[in-house]
Amino acid sequence: MASSVMPMPMPMPRRGDGPQSPAAVSAIGLRKSYGDKTVLDGIDLRIPTGSVFALLGPNGAGKTTAVKILSTLIGADGGQAQVAGHDVATSPEGVRAAIGVTGQFSAVDGLITGEENMLLMADLHHLPKREGRQVTAQLLERFDLTEAAKKPASTYSGGMKRRLDIAMTLVGSPRIIFLDEPTTGLDPRSRHNMWGIIRELVSEGVTVFLTTQYLEEADELADRIAVLNNGRIAAEGTADELKRMIPGGHVRLRFTDPAAYQSAASALPETTRDDESLALQIPSDGSQRELRSILDWLDAAGVEADELTVHTPDLDDVFFALTSGTDQPNPSEEAAR
Amino acid sequence: MSSLSLAVRDSSTMLRRNLLHVRRYPSLTLNLLLSPVVLLLLFVYVFGDVMGAGLNGGGADRSEYLSYILPGILLLTIGGTTIGTAVSVAMDMTEGIIARFRTMAVHRGSVLIGHVIGSVLQCLASVVLVGAVAVAIGFRATDATALEWILAAGLLTLVSLALTWIAVGMGLVSPNPEGASNNAMPLMVLPLISSAFVPVDAMPGWFQPIAEYQPFTPAIETLRGLLLGTEIGHNGWLAVAWCVGLAVLGYVWSKSVFDREPK
Repeated sequence: MASSVMPMPMPMPRRGDGPQSPAAVSAIGLRKSYGDKTVLDGIDLRIPTGSVFALLGPNGAGKTTAVKILSTLIGADGGQAQVAGHDVATSPEGVRAAIGVTGQFSAVDGLITGEENMLLMADLHHLPKREGRQVTAQLLERFDLTEAAKKPASTYSGGMKRRLDIAMTLVGSPRIIFLDEPTTGLDPRSRHNMWGIIRELVSEGVTVFLTTQYLEEADELADRIAVLNNGRIAAEGTADELKRMIPGGHVRLRFTDPAAYQSAASALPETTRDDESLALQIPSDGSQRELRSILDWLDAAGVEADELTVHTPDLDDVFFALTSGTDQPNPSEEAAR
Repeated sequence: MSSLSLAVRDSSTMLRRNLLHVRRYPSLTLNLLLSPVVLLLLFVYVFGDVMGAGLNGGGADRSEYLSYILPGILLLTIGGTTIGTAVSVAMDMTEGIIARFRTMAVHRGSVLIGHVIGSVLQCLASVVLVGAVAVAIGFRATDATALEWILAAGLLTLVSLALTWIAVGMGLVSPNPEGASNNAMPLMVLPLISSAFVPVDAMPGWFQPIAEYQPFTPAIETLRGLLLGTEIGHNGWLAVAWCVGLAVLGYVWSKSVFDREPK
C-alpha cells in the first residue's frame, strides 16, 4: 500500500512526503479529451495533506481541466482520482463536502452585494443564521472587504472580486482548496496580497492545489511543483529539484589576487576562465557533494577564493527547457534518475 | 440531512437569491409587464369599439370586448414574464457562480427549482397587477363563483409552471441573454395568434388550425368559461393536458441540459 493510501487522522509534518503520509489528492493515469484533442494524457499526482502543490504550465496545458476533474465539475475519460479519501467519480458528494474551489473566472454573483454573496454561501453550507453572519463578518474583515460589503459585487475591482471569491470559498472551512490561476490578471500589489492569503491558509493546515503560469509564484508558494505540458507531467519535484534537472548550473569563484587565480585555474579541472574579472566557472549541479569536492580541490591547491557563488538555473530556465520542443533533454528521465 | 430536506433547504436558498435579483433589478420585470398593459389599453381603448362590434354576431361594446380579451392578456402576461425567466437563467449560466454551486455539496436541482418557483411567483404577481389594471378600467366577473375563481387561479398557476419550465430550458440552451430573449419570443407571440383577441372562427380558414391546436387557445377558453361563464367543453381537459405535457417536457429537457457536463 505505497502511494494510494487513504487519509488517516494522524498528525503529519507539513512537508511530510513519506509513503505513509495521507494524500489529500491523488490521481493515477487521469485522461481527458475533447473530440480529437487530448487535454490530459495520463497524469499521476500525489499531494500530501497540508502541503501546497503547484501545477505549472503554459496556457492550454490542461491545468484548468485537471482542476475541473479533481473538483468534480467534469468527469475524466480514464484513470482515477481521490480527493479527501473520496473517489471523484463514484463519490462526488464526499469530495464536494471537503473542498473549496476558486476558479479562474470569478465565481461571485455580481447582481448581489459582497455580503449577500457570503450569506448565500453560509446558507448553502447550512450554517445556522447567527454563525453564518459571524463567519461572513469575520471573512469580510479578513479580506478587507468590510467597507464594500454592501455594494453589488459587479462594482468591485478585479482584486476585490478575487478576494471575495476566496472568502466565499472559505465559508465552509474546506480542508482542501483548489485555486485555478488565483493571481492571473491581478496587479503586483494584489498578487502579493493573494500570496499572503494563500500562505495564511497553509499555516492553518489547509491543503492547497494551485495552478499558475507564473514560475515565481510556484517558487514562492509551493512545496512541490509539477510542470504540465501537452497534457503530461513533464517533471515534478521541489523548486530546487526542478532547477537542478537542467544543465547550466555552475559554481563561480572570484579572486582579487591574480596569482591565486592562476594557481586555482591550473589546479581545478573543467574550468571556464574569465581572465578579465579573475573569475572561474566550474560546471556543477550545486549539490553539497560537488561543492565539497571543489572546496577540497581549493584546499589541496592552497588557494582561497574571495567569493564563491552557486548559480542554479532559475525556474524560467526549467520551464522553457521542459515546455519547449523535443530538442531538449528528456526531463522526466532526468527526474527519474 | 435527508435528501428531501436538503432539496427543500437549498432550493429555498436559491429562491431567495432569485427574488433578491428581482428586487434589486426590477427593470427587467417591469419592462416585460409593460407589454401586456399597453396591449390591454390599446385593444380596449383604441380598437375596442371596432373589435367589439365583431363579437357575438355584432353588437358587443368596448366593456364586453375588455372581458373577452382579459383571459388572453393574462396568459400573455405569463408568457412575457417567463421570457424574463429565460433571460435570467441564461445570464446565470454565463456566470462563474453556477460552476461554484456545482462543486459544492448542494442539492443538484436546487438551482433550477429556485428559478422555477421564483418565476411562478413572479408570473402570479404580474397577473395580479395586470388584473388590477383591468379591474380599474372596468373589468367585472361578478358571475363567477368562489370555486371558479379558485380553479382560474389554479389554471393560471399551472400555465405559469408549464411555460416557466419551457423558458428555463430555452435559457439553458441559449449562449447568452440576448439569445434567450429571442428563443423565448414564441411564449409571447403564441398568445397573439390564439383566440386571445378574436374568436378562432373569425380567422381565415387556413390559419384556424394554427390558432386551434396550440396551448394558449384551450387555456384562454377555459379561463373565459371560468370567469365569464362561456362554454368550456373539452377545453378544460385540453388545457390541463397541454400544461402538464409542457411542464414535463420542459423539466426533462432542462434537467438533461443542466446535468450535461459544462465545457
